[in-house]
Amino acid sequence: MSNFEQERQLLEALALNDGLVIEGIYRDNYPMVQAFILNNNGNSDEARDIFQEAMIVIYEKAVSGSLELNCLLKTYIYSVCRRLWLKRLQQLNRYTNLIENVEETVAVEEDLEIHEKNNADFVIMENAMGKIGEPCKSLLDAYYIQKKNMQEIAVDFGYTNADNAKTQKYKCLIRLKKLFFAQYKNGQ
Amino acid sequence: MHNIKMDNKMDEILLIEAVERYLKGEMSANEIAFFEEIRKKDPAVDQLVVEHTYLYHQLEKQANSKAFKHSLYEAENRLTEEGIITKAKLSGKAKVVFLWKKYKRSIAVAASIAGFVSIVTTALISSYNNKAGKNSIIYLMGQIKKTEKKIDQLDNKIKANSNQRIQTPSNPDYRATGFLIDGKGYIVTSAHVVNRMKSIYVENSKGEYFSAQTVYTDPETDLAVLKINDSAYKTVYNLPYSINKSNSNLGEQIFTLGYPRNEIVYGEGYVSAKTGNEGDSTAYQVSVSVNPGNSGGPVLNKKGEIIGIITSKNSSADGVVFAAKSKNIYKLLEAFKKAGDTTNIKLPNNVGLKGLDREQQVKKMEDFVFMVVGN
Repeated sequence: MSNFEQERQLLEALALNDGLVIEGIYRDNYPMVQAFILNNNGNSDEARDIFQEAMIVIYEKAVSGSLELNCLLKTYIYSVCRRLWLKRLQQLNRYTNLIENVEETVAVEEDLEIHEKNNADFVIMENAMGKIGEPCKSLLDAYYIQKKNMQEIAVDFGYTNADNAKTQKYKCLIRLKKLFFAQYKNGQ
Repeated sequence: MHNIKMDNKMDEILLIEAVERYLKGEMSANEIAFFEEIRKKDPAVDQLVVEHTYLYHQLEKQANSKAFKHSLYEAENRLTEEGIITKAKLSGKAKVVFLWKKYKRSIAVAASIAGFVSIVTTALISSYNNKAGKNSIIYLMGQIKKTEKKIDQLDNKIKANSNQRIQTPSNPDYRATGFLIDGKGYIVTSAHVVNRMKSIYVENSKGEYFSAQTVYTDPETDLAVLKINDSAYKTVYNLPYSINKSNSNLGEQIFTLGYPRNEIVYGEGYVSAKTGNEGDSTAYQVSVSVNPGNSGGPVLNKKGEIIGIITSKNSSADGVVFAAKSKNIYKLLEAFKKAGDTTNIKLPNNVGLKGLDREQQVKKMEDFVFMVVGN
C-alpha cells in the first residue's frame, strides 16, 4: 500500500472521530510543529493551540469528503500550522523573519478560507442559540448537540411525555431558524 | 405563499418533523415519493425544506465539531501525561521570590488580622456574654441563621419525602464552599473554615450530603484539603477543569461559584491586583461580589482553568476580595508528599470547559462545587 493510500485511510478514520488515530497524528507530527513555533517567538501553549486548530482544519476537510491531500499528511500539517502561526504573529504584532528548516510546503489558503467560513457559521449558530432563551436553548442542545433521546429529555425537563417534549423542541427550532437566518443573511 | 399558508405553526411543525425523518432516512419509499411530490408542487414548502435542511446540517456539524474537539482534548491530556506535549512551567526565579514574600508575609500576619474578616458564616447561637456594642450585630446574625436553619430543616424534610438519600448534619453553624480536585473525593476549601468545624459535611448542587474529613490544612495560604469518606459517594472521572500553575494577568475576566446561601451562587469580575492583602504574593486581589459562605470557592478564568480560591475580603473597603493563588494547591500537595503522604491525589488537568460559553461552563462546573457545612 502506498503512503498516500495509508494516509487516506487515516483521514477516513479521523472523519469518524477515532481517538487512536487522533493520538497517532499527534505523536507523529506534534514535535515538529512545537519545534517550529518555539523557534519562532511562540511558547508551548501556543503550539498546542495551533496544532489543535490544524487538526480541526484536517477534520473539516476529511468530513467534507475531500480526502486527497496531494501531499504527505506531515507536509500538509506543517503548511497549515505555518500559515496559522504567521497569521497569529501578525495579529500579535510579533512578526519576525521565520526561522525554519527548509521544509516543503503546499498551498493551504483555500482550505483555511473554508475553515474560517465554518468558524463564522459556528459563531452565528452560537449567537442564535444564545438568543432563543431557556428552556429552548438547553432543549435543543440536549437533542442536537448532546444527542440525548426524547424520553431522556422529557424526564430531564419535566415534560409529561416524549411527544410534548418533541412539540416543544420543534417550536424552539422554528425560533432558532428565524434567528439563525436573520444573522446569516446579514453576514453574507 | 401559495397553496398552503405556512403561518400556521402546527403545519410548520409537521413539516419539520417530516424533514428530519427524511434526512435521517426514516421514511418509507412511499412517504419519500409523497414528500418529494409536495416539494415540487409548492415552492413555499420547498423553501422551508431547504432552510430546515441547512439548519439541521449546521446543527449536526456543530455537534460533530464539538465531539471532535473533545477527542482532541482527551488525546492532548494523555500525551501531556506521557510528556510528549509540554506545558508552560513555573520558572525557578519565581520560586525564590515566592519564598521571600512568604517569609515577609508571616511577619505581616499579626498586623493584618484586625483589617479583614474571614468569610465564614458564623452563627453564634448563645453568645450572651458579648459586649453591648457588638451585641446587636451578633444577635441579627443569629436570627438570620435560625430562620435559615428552619428552612434547611424544611428543605431536608422535603428531600426525605422525595426518597432521596440524605444524611442531615444537625444544625450546621458554619458554611463555606469547596470544589473537587480529585474525583476520588478530595475537595479544596479554606483552612479557616474547616479549622472551626468539628464535624464536616459537604453537599453538592443536587442536594446530596456526604460526610468528610480534613486531610491537610495550611494556615499560611489558608488552604485545606478534605476527603469525602462516605460509601454513597461515587468517584467522578474526568473533572472538566485544570488547576493553573502560572500567574494570572491583571484585568483577566474571572468567575466564581459558591454557597453564600443554601443555593449555589454565580459571580463574575476580574483580577484587580497581582498580590493579596499587604502585598502577599501567594494571593490575588479580585473584584467580585462575595459574601460569608463564599470562602473556599473556586475562581476560574474564561478558559475554565481554576486560578484561585476565595479566602477573605476587606471589611473596610468595598469590593476588595482576596483569593489564594491556585499554584498553592500544587505546593501544598508537594509539601505533603515530602512529608510521607500516601493519598496519591492527582490534580485534574482537563480543558473540557475551554471554548464553551459561560452558561455551559457553569452548568458543567456546578456539579463539582460543594457546600461545606459543619458545627
